[in-house]
Amino acid sequence: MEQFFSYLISGLSTGSVYSLVALGLALIYRSTRILNFAHGDIATAGTFVAFTLLTMRAPFSLAAIVAILFGAILATGFYFVILVPAQRRDATQLGQITLTLGLGLILQGLILYFGGAEPQSFPFPLSEFKLYKIGEIHISQLSLGTLGISLMACLLFYLLVQKTRLGLAMRATSENLQAAQTLGIPTRRVLALSWGLAAGLGVLAGLFLAPALLLDPFFMLEPFLKGFAAAILGGLNSLPGAIVGGLILGVAEALTGGFISIAFKNTLAFLIIIVVLLVRPEGLLGVEFKERV
Amino acid sequence: MDLIESYREELQLIRKPWTRVWVGALVVALVLLPYFTPEHLVYVATIVSIYAIGVQGQNILIGYTGQISFGQAGFLAIGAFTFGHLTRLGLPWPVTLLFAGGISGLFGVLVGFPSLRLKGPYLAIATMGFGIAVYQIFANSEVLSGGRMGLTVPKLTPPFGLSKIAFMYYFNFSIALLMTLATYNIISSYMGRAFIAIRDNDIAAEVIGVNLTRYKLLSFAISSFYTGVQGGLYALFIGYLEPNMFTFMESITLFVAVIIGGLASVEGSIMGAAFVILVPQMFSSFKEMIPVVFGVTILIILIFEPLGLAGRWFKMRLYFRNWPFR
Repeated sequence: MEQFFSYLISGLSTGSVYSLVALGLALIYRSTRILNFAHGDIATAGTFVAFTLLTMRAPFSLAAIVAILFGAILATGFYFVILVPAQRRDATQLGQITLTLGLGLILQGLILYFGGAEPQSFPFPLSEFKLYKIGEIHISQLSLGTLGISLMACLLFYLLVQKTRLGLAMRATSENLQAAQTLGIPTRRVLALSWGLAAGLGVLAGLFLAPALLLDPFFMLEPFLKGFAAAILGGLNSLPGAIVGGLILGVAEALTGGFISIAFKNTLAFLIIIVVLLVRPEGLLGVEFKERV
Repeated sequence: MDLIESYREELQLIRKPWTRVWVGALVVALVLLPYFTPEHLVYVATIVSIYAIGVQGQNILIGYTGQISFGQAGFLAIGAFTFGHLTRLGLPWPVTLLFAGGISGLFGVLVGFPSLRLKGPYLAIATMGFGIAVYQIFANSEVLSGGRMGLTVPKLTPPFGLSKIAFMYYFNFSIALLMTLATYNIISSYMGRAFIAIRDNDIAAEVIGVNLTRYKLLSFAISSFYTGVQGGLYALFIGYLEPNMFTFMESITLFVAVIIGGLASVEGSIMGAAFVILVPQMFSSFKEMIPVVFGVTILIILIFEPLGLAGRWFKMRLYFRNWPFR
């Protein structure tokens, strides 16, 4: 039973990071119908910026903030410089998805060139080996911090979307673009902001994943794909769904890794994708189309 | 485009006598390639012809039927490992090659079932999940992947005293040529037109009498058959298989080839295959920059030339044909 709870806690902590990745994906999908294949690479780029600053002996908080801003600016720039001109030329949905793929490839190459392919360890103020004991359960400082910060980020994000005027504009834009434009909402700026926010969440997830995994140019690929799985599980166009999906995926992974087999752990996410899409394509909390053949 | 007056003309692969000359000259030049080029180029041309098969298959699915697939690496792995295991059992290569295509075609039908309900991005994710799941199954199962040392595939012995490289080139080139002819015929037949109708508007296609279920599944089956054959030929050419050859990046490479070459164009598929093989060869001293080149090309092509290299080629021909008029 203790074992079960410790798996549960570590699963929740990994799951909260997946939630962050999934939130970014769902936010962009909801407002622009684009699957952002560059999400993982933007996060990696941001984390590398943080790493470079840390090796230059910058304080961690400064490095983290700069990294998140860097990711946000990168994504906003991509939206304005590439996506908007493409949309002006009537790019199809597939074309726009492919554009993000292109951005991902470019970032991947640049990170490889500047960052090097060697895995490096990421200096982090929280330690993975310092354990706290709550009741009978051991929990590491890192996973406690991850869980705390991620849940806080989710909460702040929720408040932003649900309780502010900006959030209202974001929801309106994702609900109906033309109507929002008619009402005088600057949709292009709102969408650019959504891209920036999503990328910022991705970089935050990257910062918390880097100490546990080693930092190399491809370290975000797997968490990114799992974030995808989480977003699908919760429903691609539902923000609470992304959070719930991430937590469920994290716990499910930790439990299968602990009780069934470690080899099966990584395949689980992709099985979840396929099963969810076959049985309930709109996900747990999503509402979308139903189509018959 | 040209004016087509009869159904016979529509079915013709080559409409103008001069085109016949050009295409004939091109094929002859490609056949004579091993005699006047260095061995290295022949090697590259072999890989291009192997890839051209898979890219054509992918183009049938993405370009003609409009179903996105990011899972081609899965089919590639299934084809390659089927080929490897059956060859080791001692079956002759034509049988194993058919099996490689056939079994991956079967899996294509299985993956095609979600496509009946899913659209656009959702289908992309489902196929991506399939591709990665296949990779991980191969990576985690020693029986399937041939253990830690990988799976060695026995090579063919060249007949008629040909050198090894020239023989592999002729072997793969002739199969690629056959598959290209097959693609042209699929595209211009009822089946191809049904695919295009599904891409343009599936409900309208169904109303006209195209059986959506059958033709979507057929498109998946054909595309994964092509990819399976590519996997088999690749296994035979390299002579060695391990799961790491079939990661998500491989799916991306095939997808990039389709986009760069041009959606819904057979010539485009071949150009795209040549692009994704030749560029890494040219940039072999800056390996890190290869993804950057791919990415930048994708951005340029999607923004300025959505029809890809084939579209550019077509516009160039049109320009010269209409010259001096624009």
